[in-house]
Parts: sequence; structure tokens; C-alpha cells
Amino acid sequence: MTTNTDKLLDVRDIHTFIGQFHILEGVSVSVPRGAITVLLGRNGAGKTTTLRSIMGLNQVTQGDITYMNDSLVGKSAHKIAQMGIGYVPEHRAIFKELSVRENLQIAARQKGDLENNLDFVFELFPDLKRLIDLPGGNLSGGQQQMLAIARALVPDNSLLLIDEPSEGLAPIIIQELISAIRTLAANKTVLLVEQNFRVATLLADYFVIIDDGHSVASGNMSDLHKEHELVQRYLGVA
Amino acid sequence: MGSNIFGGKRDAWLLVLVMLVAVLVFALITSEFRLNNFAITLVSGLFQGMLLFLVASGLSLVFGLMDILNFAQGAYFMVGAYLAYDLQHATGVFNITEAVPDPNIRFIVGVIVAILVGAFLGWVLERWLLRPLYDRPLFQLVLTFGVSIIMLEGIRNIWNTTPYSWTEVFGIREAQFTLFGQDFSMYRLFVIGVGVLLIIGIALLLRRTRLGIVVRAGVEDPEMVSALGINVRVVFTLVFTLGCAVAAFGGAIAAPFLGATISLGATFLIQSIAVIVLGGLGSYEGTAVGSIIVGLALATMQQFSIQVSIPVLATITPMLLLVLVLMVRPQGLFGEAR
Ligand SMILES: Nc1ncnc2c1ncn2[C@@H]1O[C@H](COP(=O)(O)OP(=O)(O)OP(=O)(O)O)[C@@H](O)[C@H]1O
Ligand SMILES: [Mg+2]
Repeated sequence: MTTNTDKLLDVRDIHTFIGQFHILEGVSVSVPRGAITVLLGRNGAGKTTTLRSIMGLNQVTQGDITYMNDSLVGKSAHKIAQMGIGYVPEHRAIFKELSVRENLQIAARQKGDLENNLDFVFELFPDLKRLIDLPGGNLSGGQQQMLAIARALVPDNSLLLIDEPSEGLAPIIIQELISAIRTLAANKTVLLVEQNFRVATLLADYFVIIDDGHSVASGNMSDLHKEHELVQRYLGVA
Repeated sequence: MGSNIFGGKRDAWLLVLVMLVAVLVFALITSEFRLNNFAITLVSGLFQGMLLFLVASGLSLVFGLMDILNFAQGAYFMVGAYLAYDLQHATGVFNITEAVPDPNIRFIVGVIVAILVGAFLGWVLERWLLRPLYDRPLFQLVLTFGVSIIMLEGIRNIWNTTPYSWTEVFGIREAQFTLFGQDFSMYRLFVIGVGVLLIIGIALLLRRTRLGIVVRAGVEDPEMVSALGINVRVVFTLVFTLGCAVAAFGGAIAAPFLGATISLGATFLIQSIAVIVLGGLGSYEGTAVGSIIVGLALATMQQFSIQVSIPVLATITPMLLLVLVLMVRPQGLFGEAR
């Protein structure tokens, strides 16, 4: 086991309501600095809600979230983003009417953000370079996913929350995304949601399993394949 | 996504063209093919269209961004009209003739005060009354309606209901220009010119500035904008405030020509709602184009309704046009098909 002293993000036993529904009923996730941690779990388990709670998009009513020694609970989303957290939501949430360039521009938080990081973004996703003046809505699903990740790389974020990047994409595109996420993870910490077990295995260092609003297991990703019973019970993959 | 017959932007512009041609042809017919009569319809239509735009632009941006239909928008127009009118005239409630003897300068002062007061009242409404109700759209609607009534009753109380008549400003009220052999007051040209400048100015603001990018993004997905580190509520407040300021400005420049009457606000509000829905909710192009089309159609039908002695035809024109557009294109001219 690693000594988990160097946690960039620590989610401790959070509870989250959406309307009157008690969606998260005790989720704990610790995210070690410099690694990729994946949230696993069935559809509707609460993975997206966990990311949204961290991001301040859903209200946390109990428990605590600490990021670099600061509590995130009760802070508004824009404040949390400004602390260096980039959010790549489920279904991408690209601004369809904005050009690719504008989608990147809007993500800049300080002067020079775009200039400083654009080379890296294009290195990661060369396609975006020639698409730069197209409206975001004209991009293919894979290109939109790349743009969504690129958008989170424009400011100097330390932590990226990425929700199901492979969803609905062709295997060859997924391959491209895997290598991009690997490259960017060299100097970012990543908290990933990924249903595709193979993709999760290829990318993640650590896992946390969420089931029905509870975190039920966690550990090193490399050990997970030995835990047949765990995998069978919570993920339904053999 | 498949593009059905009336789906894409090209089709929207095509439909706009068809409507414009139809309106202009009808205008030609009602003016019995006399160009000077046609010119009257054209100038009057553009004049009304530009004033409509000044009310509708704020209504549309606020709705697109915040999903609030601000029923008080017409009242802001009225506040601007009464304030500007009042400050210019010696007989007004606020008499500044000693401080500013020149009535032309007083007009400018009036316009500036109208903009500032409109902005301030807009800020109060958004920041202190609407913001606590962000999760309750219906409450917001009722609230803006209530505020509109309070503002109009306030105006009635301060200025009484006597309709104010038109006034001279820098001599352009009396000065004339000629189109197709017909003379017009230069003031109409002034208002049309100001309208065109604002249409272009706001378009540039939306296209070329960071604030504009944020506003356009916010129209699509305000939550994602906040997740990028932008305080989207501040943007809401700013846009709402600007929208009210523009409406008050519209009233201020309309007042010397249309006078300031209490019913004008309600008329402009109803017509503006027709404009933003037929233009496509949340679309800036739709609002600009819609204002012009509705203005021209109004002027045409005003002339026609006199000829056939059915005055109500003019009143219902914006709504008729709205129904017509929605039948062909349910999302409005430039609205997104959902
Ligand atoms: N707005 C909402 N109102 C009520 N319930 C909601 C709402 N949003 C989500 N939920 C419920 O919360 C639970 C968790 O949803 P969440 O989106 O976090 O799951 P998930 O693990 O991300 O699932 P998936 O893998 O399908 O994306 C689900 O049961 C869902 O039905
Ligand atoms: Mg999800």
C-alpha cells in the first residue's frame, strides 16, 4: 500500500441530496497527487453526482471535501474551479454555438493561460488545430470529447475531474483518448469516471467502487483483477 | 443531426427573405404603388422596428441567459421616456432649467439620467428581488409583472396621466429628409440610425469581447460556465442591468417624437414578446431581424387598417405574424430546434 499522506483531494463520507432525493449516502474518495483514480460502479450508482458534489454543482449536506488543505463544501462552483480544478462533464457540455477557439478562450482564467498551454493542447489533440474556427456543435463526438478535455487544460489546473470520456466513442478514438489522458496525467492529478472496465484498467492507478450512493471498496487498480467477487458483485463484469 | 427542410440557419435566412419580400410587396399594394406612400410605410416601419429592438434586445438576452421573461421591460422604457421628457421641459417635476438653460443640452442630460436610472432600477430588480427566487421561475414571472405594475403606478403618481406631446431637439425634429419624393422628420432618421448602431454595437460586443463569449456560452449552459471558474451570477446581473438601461434609453429617445404615454410601455412589451418568440428565443440575430420585420409589418398594416377601416388589424399584427412563423417553424426563426 502507498502511504496515503499526499492526497490532493479527500472526500470524506459525503451526503448529497438532489431535490428531496438522498442520492449520496456516505461516499469517501481519496485522490493521491499525481495519479489517476477511477470511480467505478453501475449505472445510477452516484459517480456523476460525486464529481458534481466536488465541483460544487450539487449541495453537500454532510461530510467534508478537502482540496489542498481547503474545504470545498459550501463554496460555489466558480470558486472551486478557480482553485485549480477542471471539470470535463458527462456528455461533454461543449458550447455548440461557440467556435472551438472560443470554447478554449472562455476557459482561460488569467492572461496568458491560452498562449501558454495551447501548444500542449495541440500536441495532445492535433485535430483541434484545423477545427479551430468551426462551431463546437459541428464537431464529431470524439472531437467534442477532445475539446472538452482541452478546455480543462487551458488554465493551470492541478486536478481534473473527467466523467466517462469513452462514452459512445469508437475503439480507435478511445485509444487516442487513452494515450492523451496518460500524457496529460504526467503533471496533473486525475479523478476519472469510467464504465469501460478495460479503459479503466489501462488508465487508473487506484479505484473506488461506488454502489447505490455508498463507496464500498477502494484500492490499487492492479489488485482489482484478483478481487473476482468484488468485481462480480458491484460491476457485473467477469 | 439531420437537417430537415426548415432546420438550418440558411433556411432561417431564406424564410426571413420571404417574409421581408411579402411584407414589402404588401406595403407596395396598400400604398397603391405610389412610391411616396411606400416610403411612409418603410420609414415608419423601420422607426418602430428600431424602438422595438431597444426593448426586445434586453428581453431576449435576459431570457436566453436566465430563463426569465421580464414583464417589467416595458416599464423601464416608460421610466426612460418620462424622465427624459421631464428633464427637458421647464414644466416638469424635476426642473433643471436654471442649471441647464439650453433645452438641447437638457435633452442630453435627460437621456443620460434615463440610462442611469434604468440601469439602477434594473440592478435593484435583478440583484435584490429576482436573485433570491432563482429556483422558482413562476415566482420570478409574477414578480416582474408586479414590479411592472408598481413602476407604472409610480410613474402615474409622479407625472399624472396626461399624455406628453412631442418636442424639438437640436432642430432635427423640424428638419426634413426626402425619400421617394416624400418628406420626413430627420428625427425618424436619427432613431433609425441609433437603432442600427446599437444592433451592430451589441453584435460586436457579443462576438468580439470576452464578456460576449461568456454571455453566449451562458445562454447555452450557465452551469458549465460557472464550472470554468466564471461567476455567472455577476454576468446575469450585468446583462439584466444593461438590458434595462437600453430599454430606458429607447424610451428617452422615443419621447420627443412619440411623447410619453403610460400605455406605450405595455404596447412595446407585448410587441417585443412577439418579436423574441418569432425570432427564436435566446437568439440575438432573431431579435434584431424579428424587430425589423415586425416593425415593417406593423407600419404596413397600420396603413392597410386605415384603408379598410378595421383599426384592430394593426394591433394584432405582431401576434398574427408570430402565429404564422411558429406554424412554419415551431422554434422561431433562429431558435434551436429542441
Ligand atoms: N436531477 C435528479 N433528480 C432526481 N434524481 C436524480 C437526478 N439526477 C440524478 N439522479 C439520480 O441519482 C442517482 C445517481 O446518479 P448519477 O448520475 O450520479 O449516477 P452515475 O453513477 O453517474 O450513473 P451513470 O453511469 O449512468 O452515469 C441515480 O439514481 C439518478 O437517478
Ligand atoms: Mg454518470
